[in-house]
Amino acid sequence: MSESISRFSAREGVSYSPMPPSPVISVHHLEKRYGKTLAVDDVSLEVYEGEIFGLIGPNGAGKTTTMECLQGLRRQDRGSLSVLGLDPHRDSTKLRQRIGVQHQEAHLQKRIKVWEAVDLWASLYSSSVDGDALLERLGLLPKRNAWFMTLSGGQKQRLFIALALIHEPEVVFLDELTTGLDPQARRTIWDLVKGIRERGTTVFLTTHLMEEAERLCDRVAIIEHGRLIELGTPEELVAKHCLERTVVFTSDGERLSERLGGVPGVRSTVSQGAMHTLTGEGDDFVTEVIAFVAREKLHVRGFRTEMPTLEDVFLKLTGRGIRD
Amino acid sequence: MLKGFWKLTWVETKVFIREPMGLIGTLIIPVVLFVVLGRTLGLRKPTTAVAPPFNLAILAALFIAISAVLSLVAIISIYREGGILKRLRATPLSPVTILGSQVVLKLFFTTIGLGLLMLAGRKVFPGVMQVNVLSFTAAVLVSTASILSLGFVIASLVPTARFAQPIGGALLYPMIALSGVFFPVERLPAFWRVVAYGLPTTHAVALMKGVWDGSGWGAHLGDVAALFVIAAVCVALSTRVFRWE
Repeated sequence: MSESISRFSAREGVSYSPMPPSPVISVHHLEKRYGKTLAVDDVSLEVYEGEIFGLIGPNGAGKTTTMECLQGLRRQDRGSLSVLGLDPHRDSTKLRQRIGVQHQEAHLQKRIKVWEAVDLWASLYSSSVDGDALLERLGLLPKRNAWFMTLSGGQKQRLFIALALIHEPEVVFLDELTTGLDPQARRTIWDLVKGIRERGTTVFLTTHLMEEAERLCDRVAIIEHGRLIELGTPEELVAKHCLERTVVFTSDGERLSERLGGVPGVRSTVSQGAMHTLTGEGDDFVTEVIAFVAREKLHVRGFRTEMPTLEDVFLKLTGRGIRD
Repeated sequence: MLKGFWKLTWVETKVFIREPMGLIGTLIIPVVLFVVLGRTLGLRKPTTAVAPPFNLAILAALFIAISAVLSLVAIISIYREGGILKRLRATPLSPVTILGSQVVLKLFFTTIGLGLLMLAGRKVFPGVMQVNVLSFTAAVLVSTASILSLGFVIASLVPTARFAQPIGGALLYPMIALSGVFFPVERLPAFWRVVAYGLPTTHAVALMKGVWDGSGWGAHLGDVAALFVIAAVCVALSTRVFRWE
């Protein structure tokens, strides 16, 4: 891993010039209790302009509470918060003009029409974008006159994105945006979120889906039991915590399984017939396996490497899977 | 944020009209109740006008007011459970605007329900509705507003949307029995008399009766004051106990 600790990673062909980092959101030693339960325990983080920042962790980890404190919907017990230079609680009226939000498992009035919701929300802000153009961008124009209750899960979430974007906010908060959606709807939403960022809006999202965090987020913070346990780009976290590489290849070499232990860096090998699985540590491990295959002049029918993911990082850090 | 207020009220009106059950409960049932009971009790002859055991028109008006409050309790709890209240609060709308638009909506439909009641009364029981319509409407609206404020307190107490209607009904319908619409409050046992005077419905009925029998607002300033005091107390209480989520 290189030494560069650029705050913005270049993902999916989008690159960022290293601008002087000006935090759009800063959280210092945030603490929030519900009765005796400590929901958020001394969380500190900063989010910079134009990035997609993800707060990840299992349900009940304190993600939503953190987000709602930032939106001014809850008052923290301790710590200081700043969003766009404003105090979310004291300056809530000013702040709400400049942020867009989407809440977890939210609903609208059952019989409100899509255009009515967009029109209502547009009227609440001092300036707004063209509602129909926004619906078009989100693929909701054909549903303009449909009642909220008749929309599919994905359409509802896209409407909530529309409501979050109607006033061109500088920061958008998205809470568990794709929970309960099928994979196809999820992918559509991911593309939309990338589109939001491309227009220069900062995105702060929560998710318990590691794949979502890995695909969307420039940086992630892992939170568990209210505590922030790690923060960085997905690549950084994987490189820091999971050096393990797995190589699986298929080859019919004579008594091959006995010689696999000789690959430098190998930690374990499993052979099932012609299929061999090698696990080792370090960036060089895959190269070593390739070199071994070349040295042995093996005839290889299949070869793949498995890289660790954020899910593995989470498992390693918390000792448990994230899926509930 | 007056612009947002009227837009929200207008959207809420449309949404309310699209729900057949709510509309029937608010507008049709009180009128049907009035006509059916009126026929049963022989309200047809003008001479018996308001004479049957109690004033049916006032009972029906009270019924309209209470349906409005029940509807408010149900809507608030559904909106709370669905996160609609929370989502609206995350906009620049003030909390007063969000709840105020519901009050305006309920008062608006109370007026329409009362109008239908008056029309039906004049059509089906000619000569019975001998009352100053404006004054009576004003009395019903002041009463409804006061009971609505109690509705906000009740809406804070119901645990889930599923229990909103039953709990609201269990609390509000017995108030009709104590209100003096069926028999004078003075005939209640001492304890229940005190309870009755603490309820908005009792003062609502007294005011409506006063407007009906011609003694007018002047003779019932105490009841008007009581309705305002109850409203003030309930509003103050709900700002403390009201739950947005």
